[in-house]
Formats: sequence, structure tokens, C-alpha cells
Amino acid sequence: MKRLTRDQIAECVARDIPEGAYVNLGIGLPTLVAAHLPAEREIFLHSENGLLGMGPPPASGAEDPDLINAGKQPVTLLTGGAYFHHADSFAMMRGGHLDICVLGAFQVSVSGDLANWHTGAADAIPAVGGAMDLAAGAKQVFVMMEHLTKSGASKIVERCDYPLTGVGCVNRIYTDLAVLEVTPAGLAVRAIVGDLPFDELQRLTGVPLLPPDAG
Amino acid sequence: MIDKISDSPQAALADIHDGATVMIGGFGNAGMPAALIDALIEQGARDLTIVNNNAGNGDTGLAALLKAKRVRKIICSFPRQVDSHVFDALYRAGEIELELTPQGNLAERIRAAGAGIGGFFTPTGYGTLLAEGKETREIDGRHYVLESPIHADFALIKAQRGDRWGNLVYRKTARNFGPIMAMAARCAIAQVDEVVELGALDPEAIVTPGIFVQRVVPVRTEDAR
Repeated sequence: MKRLTRDQIAECVARDIPEGAYVNLGIGLPTLVAAHLPAEREIFLHSENGLLGMGPPPASGAEDPDLINAGKQPVTLLTGGAYFHHADSFAMMRGGHLDICVLGAFQVSVSGDLANWHTGAADAIPAVGGAMDLAAGAKQVFVMMEHLTKSGASKIVERCDYPLTGVGCVNRIYTDLAVLEVTPAGLAVRAIVGDLPFDELQRLTGVPLLPPDAG
Repeated sequence: MIDKISDSPQAALADIHDGATVMIGGFGNAGMPAALIDALIEQGARDLTIVNNNAGNGDTGLAALLKAKRVRKIICSFPRQVDSHVFDALYRAGEIELELTPQGNLAERIRAAGAGIGGFFTPTGYGTLLAEGKETREIDGRHYVLESPIHADFALIKAQRGDRWGNLVYRKTARNFGPIMAMAARCAIAQVDEVVELGALDPEAIVTPGIFVQRVVPVRTEDAR
């Protein structure tokens, strides 16, 4: 069974981000998407700590402690970029101005519920950051994650076991095995990696899927 | 003559009382008013409620304030980090209360306090653990959660330049919570890299107008970091 690497998943996501989109890339796996955005497209990266037009990491030695991203890593600002305060930054999400956010996930349900902030373990210290705001606010929520857990269980589930980040908020799921879309009719397969048969993808996923040719 | 410039962090923070709610600006270390936090530790006020996005990094700044056992409660969005060991230990020992709030709700609750809003309905967090027990409402087919403003007695923030009327400009992403925390506190105290003459800040580009700022404390950058 062919599986995409994390960078290859990021490449798939990047390919689907159109010219002119305002995009937030969540902490972790989604940050890989930035390096794969086609150079000929102008895409505005938003970082919730207060910048639009985020550029690549600075050269070693050129880091500025006052210019960081949401993951607190040093970044740069593109020509034409802007800084703003936190309430404005989250108004950009919640107000429906942000076109796409890309988030990692523990689990996604067939109806697009997202769980990505808390394992729910009794001794875990909860931390949510901007995950719930992004899930509720962006016009489209893309999730990128491995299709299966290390023990082979599907991360796409009927109902999330982990505490929810948002209800019915996910539009598209990019995994190492497939691209799926949350539709009113159900979870529709848009693409399958390699020559994995649909039936096998269905078996591994464990929840009903609509085949690629079902529209 | 109105002059909001304080001689020192110590002078600016002298009246912070036990039990005060204190907002502290910064996202990680960007915009964290390190000199004011150090002065707050020295000043000795205890039983504080702190509002910040995080719960301290490493052993300095906010982490040092927590370590000194001055904080009863923290309101934040993201306490757990690779270097949040001071908070982690206090939390696990039951020695600090945590009010966890989504980051955008945190920002808007602060903004609402500063803008005189008594509460607001937000879609963020609907259907999650963080909305449990809160009033909800369906508006035009969408579900919302009622969130309340966060008022503070003091805000400690960091800006790049300020003048004697309290007008402020910030530097890059160090702006983060500064402008809204200044609005939400009864007394906003800004640590600035540089005090400039009235008129030196372009009125078109002033980010925080002086009405929101009560005290300005010059701290040289090399001291502040």
C-alpha cells in the first residue's frame, strides 16, 4: 500500500489553494504546506498572533524576536504585509474573511466534527490556543493528517472519541491515503493514493464512504 | 502639564494591590513587558489573577512571577508548552487555578471590556467542553455561545515608542495583546523602548491613543530583553 509522506500530503493541500486566498496554516503538520505553495501564485498567509503576508523563515542570524508566527518561530514579512492586534486578527477568522485554514487532527467525524486540541486524558494539561476560533471561523477548513493511527485504527470516525474542537466544521480531509470531502450526502472520496482499491480504502476507514465517481 | 512618564518600573507599579487582576501583554516573548514583570515580582503583590495568552516560558518573566507563588489564577488560551514547566508543576499540585479560553474569545473578551460591551455571542467553542454551562443561542441558523468581558485593574504592556500623553506605537508582532489590554484595564502601564516628544508620532499611525494609557515607563531595549 503506497502512502504519501507528510511533505507529499502538504503538496496536495498546496495544489488546491488558489491565487489570492487568505490562508492560515495551523501549528504542526500544516506548516509544511507553506514550502509547497506554487511560487507563481500570490497567496496571503495569516498568522493569528498578528500578521498577514507572512514570509519564509529568516536566514540564520537575521531572526527578530519581535517577528514570530503562531508557533513562536521566527518568520519574515513579505513586501505589502501588515501587522495588527489580536482582536483584529481573530475578527479576520470569526468574521469570515479568512478563506482557508489548514489544521492537524486527532480525529474527524463523518459529519465534519473536528477533534485536535485535547486528548481528554485525566492528567493532560489542556491548551487550546486558536484552534477553536479557526475551526469556527474560516470559510473552509482543511484537515491534514495520517489516515490511520499507529495501531491501524481509522482517524476518520462515526463520532469523535476525543473532546471536540468544532462541530461540523471540516470541509476537506487530506490523508496519506486519500482526499475526502464532507458533503451533505456523506463523506465523498475525491482522490485515492496509488492503486489502492476503493473497497480497501473503505475497509481501512471503517465508516461509509461515497466512491470517487459518485460526484 | 500632563506627563504620564514614570521614573521607573518600581514607581509605576507601586499601587498594585493584593488580589488585583493584572493583564500582561505578549505572545511568548514578543511584546512581553519583562522589566514590568520583574518589578511586579519585586513589588510583592500576591493573590493575583493574571491574564495572558500563555502561562510563562522558561524561568523568567511570567514564569518567575508564578514561581514566586504570587498568582492565584490565570486566564489564558495556551498554558502547555515545551518550556512551561513552572506552570505545569503548580497546576498539577493544585496550586493555581486555570481558566482556559479559546484565543480569539480571550482577545474579544478583553476588547469587549475595553469597549464597554456586557457580553457577546460567538460561534467559537460551540459544542465543546469550553462552552459547557454557558448560555447558547441560535441566530440566523448558526449556534453561538455567550461570553463575558474580562476587566482588569492593571495592564502591563510593551510598546516600541510612547509620548507623555500615553500615545503608543508597537513593533511588528510584539503588538499582539497590547492595544486591547490597554483598553480593558483601569490602569494601563506601558513599558516603552523609547519616549519621544509630543508630535513625534505620526497621528495617522498611532496605534493606541493616550486615553487608554495611564503610565509610560521607558526601559532601554537591552535591559528589557
